[in-house]
Amino acid sequence: MPVPAAARQLIRYLPVLPAVLLLLVFLAGPVFWAFNASFTNAGLTGRSARDPSWVGLDNYQRLLADPVFPLSLLLTVVFVAGSAVVGQNLLGLVLALLMRRARPVVSSVVGTTVVAAWVLPEIVAAFAAYAYFSRDGTLNQLLGVLGLGGQDWLYAFPMVAIMLANVWRGTAFSMLVYRAALHDVPAEVTEAAQMDGAHGWQRLAFITLPMIRGSITTNLMLVTLQTLAVFTLVWVMTAGGPANASTTLPVLAYLEAFKFGDIGYGTAVASVLILIGAAFGLVYVRLLKDARP
Amino acid sequence: MTAPARTARPLPAGTAATARPGRRSTPADAVLLLIGVSFLMPLLWLILASLDTRAGHELKFPAAPSLGNFAAIASPELLLRPLWNSAVLSLGTAAVTLVAAVLAAYPLSRYSSRFNRPFMYTILFGTCLPITAIMVPVYGLFVQFELLDSMPATILFMATTALPMAIWMIRNFMDGVPVSLEEAAWVDGASRMTALRTIVLPLMKQGLGVVFIFVFIQAWGNFFVPFVLLLSEARQPAAVSIFSFFGQHGAVAYGQLAAFSMVYSLPVLALYVIVARGGGSSFALSGAVRG
Repeated sequence: MPVPAAARQLIRYLPVLPAVLLLLVFLAGPVFWAFNASFTNAGLTGRSARDPSWVGLDNYQRLLADPVFPLSLLLTVVFVAGSAVVGQNLLGLVLALLMRRARPVVSSVVGTTVVAAWVLPEIVAAFAAYAYFSRDGTLNQLLGVLGLGGQDWLYAFPMVAIMLANVWRGTAFSMLVYRAALHDVPAEVTEAAQMDGAHGWQRLAFITLPMIRGSITTNLMLVTLQTLAVFTLVWVMTAGGPANASTTLPVLAYLEAFKFGDIGYGTAVASVLILIGAAFGLVYVRLLKDARP
Repeated sequence: MTAPARTARPLPAGTAATARPGRRSTPADAVLLLIGVSFLMPLLWLILASLDTRAGHELKFPAAPSLGNFAAIASPELLLRPLWNSAVLSLGTAAVTLVAAVLAAYPLSRYSSRFNRPFMYTILFGTCLPITAIMVPVYGLFVQFELLDSMPATILFMATTALPMAIWMIRNFMDGVPVSLEEAAWVDGASRMTALRTIVLPLMKQGLGVVFIFVFIQAWGNFFVPFVLLLSEARQPAAVSIFSFFGQHGAVAYGQLAAFSMVYSLPVLALYVIVARGGGSSFALSGAVRG
């Protein structure tokens, strides 16, 4: 008797099983655990750790009442918009465009430097950024040469310092994406426009940018998602301080769960972050689907 | 870096004319160099401080450059054990990821089914989840199943976080290997898995190498995951030990911190150079981004 088609199909897909199991246990599992635990009073230690009880929407009501949460949400939005959507994305595009016009030696040396900040382990990048922005660090030395006073950046403007550090750390990704995208724009197209008398800015706005539209969207989504998840940079530079002035959502979730020992409340914060990430993720998948019929 | 000094030198005649596309411009060079120097500054501190036994936050040339910092950290329990843990963690993660991703990618690449597209898009969606947001629930899960401070469990978790991207990339590479080559092997009686091992995988060696190295680099540099999941000092990788040793002690020896950072960063810098030399960075990105 021949093996039924459905069974054969199943056997063929057997090798997918290990990956599916891993994804279910370690990725889907924690996500569902999070939504579940965010309705409990689970603690890090003590009785509520061993035997958490159901508290319904208490944690979410607390979120709305807690003045730190809206602040943290706002800081996260500012952080993502400022350092990813504007900072990394624009600087990456500018770098890629400049590299097409600059001498090969220059663009390869500068490219290597930009990529180095991205390849370094995140904790090392965070230490370097911390030293750079600290009171007697490099930034103040440079400003001192210009005769500008020494601010303590990490205390006075923690978000500015963290955002600049994140631009420094992450721009390489956008730069690489845009270099690859610009590489695929046929030279004949821009040359033809040049023949027709289009100036540099016109060629960029009406020809080059529309042609790499797909890459721009992809890149925007990816840098947004990456920046949404940044923890180490903030943790090493300011640990969310001073007085919550740089507590982005990942830091808030960590602080609530591990420093204040309230896993239930921490997972509520984490759940909000997961939902934001999932919303962006759905849009991203949708865009890619539409791009590839 | 000697690059800034070079701008003044005139370019040899003809270089600009033969370069494509368009002209090479000096203003572009200047702006690019300015950005490059800004990016270099924080890295420069790392290098100079590592050679200065009296380093602080400020950027300065060491009065008496020495390798004293490197000598000071060169002890088994300060340097070697954390690096060994990092190596075990990263190699384990990369190996598990690669095996699971190759197995999963094969049917997805070779059979057509209604199941493929939804699966691949779910996988893609998985790459989007912010891993830092999952760490609190993962900690809770690990407590419940008594997996905290377990190296194998941490490896499996880190492999899972790398898996969606790896499956996506490896399937793209596998699609590039023509099926006709395997068909000859099937005729000779080889099984699907034998054909995969002896024909398909050798042909996509470069792609597999790129994925392995990318997963390794990510795992090597990961701080947050081992910071939350590995508690005992004996199991902590360099990323965590460097933080707990230097970050939490009052009087910080910045020179030693920089020296440790240099040693710890070296492997990933070297690996990146290997990938980039082979044209791998844009290669891998095209596998990752374009889908």
